Amino acid sequence: MIAERFRYLRPKDLDEALAWLAESQGEVRVLAGGHSLLPLMKLRLAAPQTVLDVERVEALRGIRLEGDVLHIGAMTRYHELARDPLVAEYAPLLAMAARTVGDPQVRNRGTVGGSICHADPAADFPAAALAMDAEVELRSRAGKRRLPLREFLLGPLSTALAPNELLAAIHVPLRAGWGAAYEKFPHPASGYAVAGVAALINKEGGAARAVAVAVTGVGPVAYRAAATEEVLTGASLDAARIQDGASQVAEGVEVNADLFASADYRRHLAQVLAARALRAAWGSD
Amino acid sequence: MSTVIGQPVRRREDARLIVGRGQFTDDLKLPGMTYAVIVRSPYAHARIRRIDVSRALAMPGVLAVFTGKDLEGVLGPVPTAWIPPNADLKQTVHRALAVDEVRYAGDGVAMVVAEDRYTARDAAEAVEVEYEPLPAVVDAWAAVQEGAPLVHPDAPGNLALHWTAGSVDQKAFDEAEVVVRQRFVQQRLIPNPMEPRAAVAWYDPGTENLTVWMTSQNPHIHRFLLSGILGIPEHRLRVVAQDVGGGFGSKISCYPDEALVAHAARTLARPVKWVEDRSEHFMATTHGRDHVQEVELAGRKDGTIEALRVKIWANLGAYLSTAAPGVPTILFGLIVNGCYRIPQASTEVYGVFTHTTPVDAYRGAGRPEATYLIERMVDLFADAIGMDPVEVRRKNFVPPDAFPYTNAFGITYDSGNYPLALDKALERVDYGGFRARQAQARQEGRYLGIGFSTYVEMCGLGPSEVAGAVGFQGGLWENATVRVHPSGKIQVMTGASPHGQGEETTFAQIVAEQLGVAMDDIEVVHGDTDRVTMGWGTYGSRTLAVGGSAVAVACQRLIEKGRRIAAHMLEADADDVAFQQGRYQVQGVPGRSVSFQEVALQAHLAWNLPQGVEPGMEATANYNPSNFTFPFGTHVAIVEVDPDSGLVRLERYVAVDDCGTPINPLIIAGQVHGGVVQGVGQALWEGAVYNAEGQLLTGSFLEYAMPKARFFPPIETDSTVTPSPHNPLGVKGVGETGTIAATPAVVNAVMDALKPFNIRHLDMPLTPEKVWRAIHGKGERQ
Repeated sequence: MIAERFRYLRPKDLDEALAWLAESQGEVRVLAGGHSLLPLMKLRLAAPQTVLDVERVEALRGIRLEGDVLHIGAMTRYHELARDPLVAEYAPLLAMAARTVGDPQVRNRGTVGGSICHADPAADFPAAALAMDAEVELRSRAGKRRLPLREFLLGPLSTALAPNELLAAIHVPLRAGWGAAYEKFPHPASGYAVAGVAALINKEGGAARAVAVAVTGVGPVAYRAAATEEVLTGASLDAARIQDGASQVAEGVEVNADLFASADYRRHLAQVLAARALRAAWGSD
Repeated sequence: MSTVIGQPVRRREDARLIVGRGQFTDDLKLPGMTYAVIVRSPYAHARIRRIDVSRALAMPGVLAVFTGKDLEGVLGPVPTAWIPPNADLKQTVHRALAVDEVRYAGDGVAMVVAEDRYTARDAAEAVEVEYEPLPAVVDAWAAVQEGAPLVHPDAPGNLALHWTAGSVDQKAFDEAEVVVRQRFVQQRLIPNPMEPRAAVAWYDPGTENLTVWMTSQNPHIHRFLLSGILGIPEHRLRVVAQDVGGGFGSKISCYPDEALVAHAARTLARPVKWVEDRSEHFMATTHGRDHVQEVELAGRKDGTIEALRVKIWANLGAYLSTAAPGVPTILFGLIVNGCYRIPQASTEVYGVFTHTTPVDAYRGAGRPEATYLIERMVDLFADAIGMDPVEVRRKNFVPPDAFPYTNAFGITYDSGNYPLALDKALERVDYGGFRARQAQARQEGRYLGIGFSTYVEMCGLGPSEVAGAVGFQGGLWENATVRVHPSGKIQVMTGASPHGQGEETTFAQIVAEQLGVAMDDIEVVHGDTDRVTMGWGTYGSRTLAVGGSAVAVACQRLIEKGRRIAAHMLEADADDVAFQQGRYQVQGVPGRSVSFQEVALQAHLAWNLPQGVEPGMEATANYNPSNFTFPFGTHVAIVEVDPDSGLVRLERYVAVDDCGTPINPLIIAGQVHGGVVQGVGQALWEGAVYNAEGQLLTGSFLEYAMPKARFFPPIETDSTVTPSPHNPLGVKGVGETGTIAATPAVVNAVMDALKPFNIRHLDMPLTPEKVWRAIHGKGERQ
């Protein structure tokens, strides 16, 4: 398990990181928690010329309120997310998803930015962040831009990140008091989601005023289940309604198949998990 | 009077292992060390057209590249060391590196040695091998069909062996009230000890001595076999296995790789290190199990089992690994009746070559495959006659008064009390209460199930005469030397080679008990052919029963020698001197006594020894066991199946095991826990999968599901004690019982849970999709 030769850079701050990103020749991969990138390199499935370790870049850390959004630094680790009081109040869904990632070792190293930029089709965090209507903050030497996460995630292991850009943070709208649930069926070997469904419901006067449902593990990349959301938004979510919504959770999606789960089974699993997540997010009447 | 034996003494080896002070092979750093990487075939079956090593050799830091052609006439073939008689075994040639043809994805084709492991790894990629891919066959059943691609030209029909045992009169089936037939797939497993294989070799050109540090369960066997491959005489060869991070059978075998490392060290006159990486381990270290089994049981409606007929196709992989031929024959075929008195039984085994990683012993080795089929068949039989599976078991048990009991294959079980263990387990799980709870749950659409495994296994194979008779190419006695130093401190040299089982503790307990000295005064030495005279290693749950007995016998010899010296010192007749709790005592004269350690000092000083007594205080025993031991017990699994997802949740697991006289209950519990987890792993998660081209699709921990702690409830252990009459300690092996027992207990529990859906049988692993499909009548996945 030995990677190919690579150049290792460890910038001390954001400017230095962005400068190196702008100037480096060949493929540069940003090293965050390293739990996806390093195994790929050791298996020689990835062989970047340069690895840019952003461990010391302070600007990528921290969770804070910025007006009506929660700013979560890209280097925030799952473990930090899972126990942060601001996240617990305004974005508990993210903490729920973070708690299901891997094992304690992974949660102590893995970062939200790494997860989003890696865009693994079965990663937990992107689903939760999508349901939260998260935006990504991208930095380069040329400046800063913001993009809704749903536009950032393009496909399996593919994002809208430009080669000279760094994901600095994600911004999520405050969802205090919304019902939230993340239901995951972990692969017994990898711990990745065979299917995972994040549900967020703003319940007002016995009806679901807003519903967000995001799914991972099922399609090429995490997605919002638009058909499900449409069926449920504005309605009172009784068992039949939830069943109806859940049944459409993989509508129009080319469902993944692998050794562990066929497309049929995985679609079914997504529906089961969606119903469970929706029931939990709706709560008891 | 027992003081040390039977106590839950904490493992003395753990402190160094936990704080990282163990000495594993990869920890070894020798001056001038070089590093080897083995280039392996990506194809399961291909002709080697050409190998070009020039680019690799030209890389700075590369010292040598070896190919199969370079080794012709230099390295002997890798031998098979278990040749069951009357099995028509095809001993095809297994070269250290393939020459013309590769036979599985992972077959070695070249080895690169470089100054550092990074260069070695890069150079391995620079070795250019031109392959002509050929059709492959991966499945034992497919491999014996007409026209299947041949693995070895000298093994027609891909048959490596054909072996039969026992006999059944066809009338038993023709006239039976009930016949139950079932085909079982006993899937292939991949052993995954924490430490992968590794070797360091160092050759001293002055003395012509070669030392190999390696991950071995049996250094003396490895020395013997490596000697043959390398052409280096045994007395110039030293094999050391200091700390070994588990093996589960996979480190019994003699692989080409360690021999290649030794050869490179000899050729380069530099130390060479090779450490398998985990990906390499998945493809190049032996796998386990992999049978297709056809089983027929004849019985009466009252629950009596009258006959059992077993026919299997065992996938042995591309080459015959060291012990491979003995696993699906001797260790499987002679005990398929399990703990039941079945008057007629027969086993027929086809051992089959395929283009897959060689298959050899994996924790339990043959006995899990046997136990699974009989324990599943008993449940199917119970189902067929509408009887409770517990009652069918009870009705057919070998009764406690029938021991020693000789089964239909001529195997004599030492001792047992099967109903006792069953009753204890039933009480613990409140069987009646569970059935009521199960019925209630079904009303609510919840599916609970209970499964039993009333297993017996045979382990501690012996005596050596039997080893010879069944074709094992070695003795199965064990050597122990107990050396008492002048200060009274004791070293115990054992030929067993523990690699996680805890015998540094249990053997010290035996010596402490026998000689009445403190545990802290005793060190157990193992795993070094220069420090230990001889040995046959650790596998087949033999270490305590055979190796521990050798230690006990050696202690008895020391006690007797000491008695003569003590009598002389105490001016008494040796017959009047009793040895108790470490002191020689003149009987009837309180105060006239001397300690064992004082006697040891006098033995070394030799100033005044009795006539005919030699100086020194050391005894060696070469203990040849009189028979196997037969541990048994009842394991019970309670599961809940989620019909929506097909997920099986293990709710409760109770293990009642009888391994004879317990030496250390803490270690026994640890062995049972680990064994159960591995057994459940086979039932629910694990399974190697190849595609039709022979590519291993489960080649990493991303796909191959090892059991995780979070999948388990606390495992409840309990015991009964039925000493074995076959060894001086009364012990039976416990290292494999959990693995042997757990698999059918869990599968039986899942099948019990699925009763309302009329599902007769599902093959392992019982993955959620498989269960879900069965529940919803969706047929098998295409």
